[in-house]
Amino acid sequence: MSVSQLFEEAYTGLKSLVVGLGITGKAFCQPQVTVIYPKQEVDNLSSFRGHVELIGKDDDPSVPRCVACGACVKACPSNCLTIQCPVPVKEGDEGKPVVMGPAPQKGSKTPAVVIVDFSLCSLCGQCARACPVDSLQFSDNPYMVRLDRKEFQIDLLARLRRMAAE
Amino acid sequence: MQAFDPKTLAQDPTSVRFEPGPTEDKLILSMGPQHPSTHGVLRILLELDGEYIVRAEPVLGYVHRMHEWMGQEKTYFQFMPNMGRVDYLHAMAWNWAYAGSVERLAGIEVPERAEYIRVAVTELNRISSHLLWWGAYLLDLGAFTPIMYAFDDREFLLDILQAVTGSRLTYSYFTFGGVYNDVPEDFPKRCLDFVKLLRSRLPMYRDLVTDNVILRGRCEGIGEMDVELARRYGATGPVLRGSGAAVDTRRAEPYSVYPRFDFPIPSYPQGDAMARYMVRMDELETSCSIIEQAVSTMPGGPIAAKAPKTLKPPKGEACYAVEGARGKILVHVRSDGGPKPYRVKLRAPGFSNLSVFAELARGTLLADAVSILGSLDLVIPEIDR
Repeated sequence: MSVSQLFEEAYTGLKSLVVGLGITGKAFCQPQVTVIYPKQEVDNLSSFRGHVELIGKDDDPSVPRCVACGACVKACPSNCLTIQCPVPVKEGDEGKPVVMGPAPQKGSKTPAVVIVDFSLCSLCGQCARACPVDSLQFSDNPYMVRLDRKEFQIDLLARLRRMAAE
Repeated sequence: MQAFDPKTLAQDPTSVRFEPGPTEDKLILSMGPQHPSTHGVLRILLELDGEYIVRAEPVLGYVHRMHEWMGQEKTYFQFMPNMGRVDYLHAMAWNWAYAGSVERLAGIEVPERAEYIRVAVTELNRISSHLLWWGAYLLDLGAFTPIMYAFDDREFLLDILQAVTGSRLTYSYFTFGGVYNDVPEDFPKRCLDFVKLLRSRLPMYRDLVTDNVILRGRCEGIGEMDVELARRYGATGPVLRGSGAAVDTRRAEPYSVYPRFDFPIPSYPQGDAMARYMVRMDELETSCSIIEQAVSTMPGGPIAAKAPKTLKPPKGEACYAVEGARGKILVHVRSDGGPKPYRVKLRAPGFSNLSVFAELARGTLLADAVSILGSLDLVIPEIDR
C-alpha cells in the first residue's frame, strides 16, 4: 500500500466518523421524543383496540342489544366468549333451581351471562363481524394489568351496567 | 460426519451442540437467535476451521406452530387472524394473500376503494418492515444508534396503522371482499405527512449509515450470489433483486390495482450484502411513491363487498401471490365445498431465502456469516410457519 492510499483511507475513515458524529450531535440537541410513562401518556389511545364490550340499547343503555343467538361464540377462533341463558324448564321440573346452558336457548332473547376470556383473545374482531344486531365493539381501555389470570375473565354485562351508571 | 446426521439429530438434539469436529482442528458451533424466549429461534450449525466456515447448516422448526393445519381446522373467517402471526413484520401482505385466494375461490369482487386502501396499508407496512430490518441488521453488525432512528420513524407509521386497523403489529384488517373498516378522514393527509418526513430522513440515513466506511467494509463483496444461484433456491424479493434480476410480483404478476401506479423496481447486479441493503433502501422510496399515488387518487364508494357471514366456497382451488417485504408470498386454498378449507398451503419467502445461506456462508469468516444472515432479512416464525 502506497503512502497516498494510506492517507486516502485515513481521510475517508475520518470523514465518515465526523459525519456520523455530526448527525448524532444534531439529534442530541433535539428534544426528547419518548415519554416517561407513568407521568405522561401517549396521545394515540383513542384508536386503541381493547377487549370487546357490549353495546347497550338506544333507549336503555344498561341492557345490551344482544339477542343471545350465539353467533359470536361460534365465530371466535379461540373460544374466548361464553354466553349463557336459562335452560327452558321441562314439565315436572317446576320449582327446581334454574340451570344455565350455552346460548341459544328456547325462549331466551337476552343473555344471562356474557364473559370474555381476555387471556385467550387475539383481538381479531370476528365476533363483532358475526353479530347480527351489532352488539359488540372494541373498548379503548389500554391499561389491562391484573395480578391473576382469572381476573381477565371479564363479565361484560356487569361492565355494561357499570358504564351506563357512570 | 456424525454431527450432521439428521436421524441422530432428531433423536437427541443436544448431541451435536458443542463438540469437536470431525478432525482435531475443526469445531462445531451453534449460531443464531437461540434464547427460548426470543420471537424467532433459529439454529445454525457451523463447522469451523479456525475462523473460517467449512459448513453451515440451518436447523429449523423451533417456532413451528402448525398454521397450515390450523387452516384446515378453522373456518375461512377464523383463519384470518393467523395471517398476522405468520409474519409479524409484514402482516398486511399475508392478510392480502389469504383474502385474495379465498376471494378468487369464492368469486368475490373487491370494490375499488378497498383495493386502494389495501395498497396504501400494505405499502405502509412494508416501510415499517424495512425500517425494522434496517435497524436490526445494523444491530447485528454492531451499530446501536440506527435502530433508535428507525424506531423513531416507525412510531409515526404505527400510529397511522393503529388509527386504521386498531393494532400496531399483528394486523387482522382484511376481510373477504374488502377491508374491515374505513380509513379515518385524515388518513391521506397523515400518509402524505409521513412520506414527507421519511423523505427528509433518508439523506440522514444515507450519511449516517449507507456511506459509512465501516458498513461498506462489512457489506461490500460479502455473500456474493449470482442470479443463477438465487433462482435455483427459489429466492425472491430483495434477495433476488439484489443479484440483478428485477423481478417483483407487483410487476411480474400484477394483482389488484398495482398496474395503475408508476413505480420503479430497484435492482443491483453486484449480488452482495450491500446490493441487498441498497435494494431495501430504494424500496423505502418506491413504497413512498406508491403511497402518494394511492392516497391522492383514492376513489369513494364501499369498502367491502357483501360476503356471506358463513363462507362456503364452491369446490375447487385457488392461488394468490403478493409481493411481501421479504419476497413472494403465496397462499393456495383448496375447498371441498364445506365451511372449512380442505387444505391451506402457505408459501413463505423466508424459507427459500434462508436455504441460500448454506451455500453463501461456506468459506467465509464467522463475522461475515452474521452479515450475510442479516442481509437475507429473515423472520423465523414465517420460515417455520
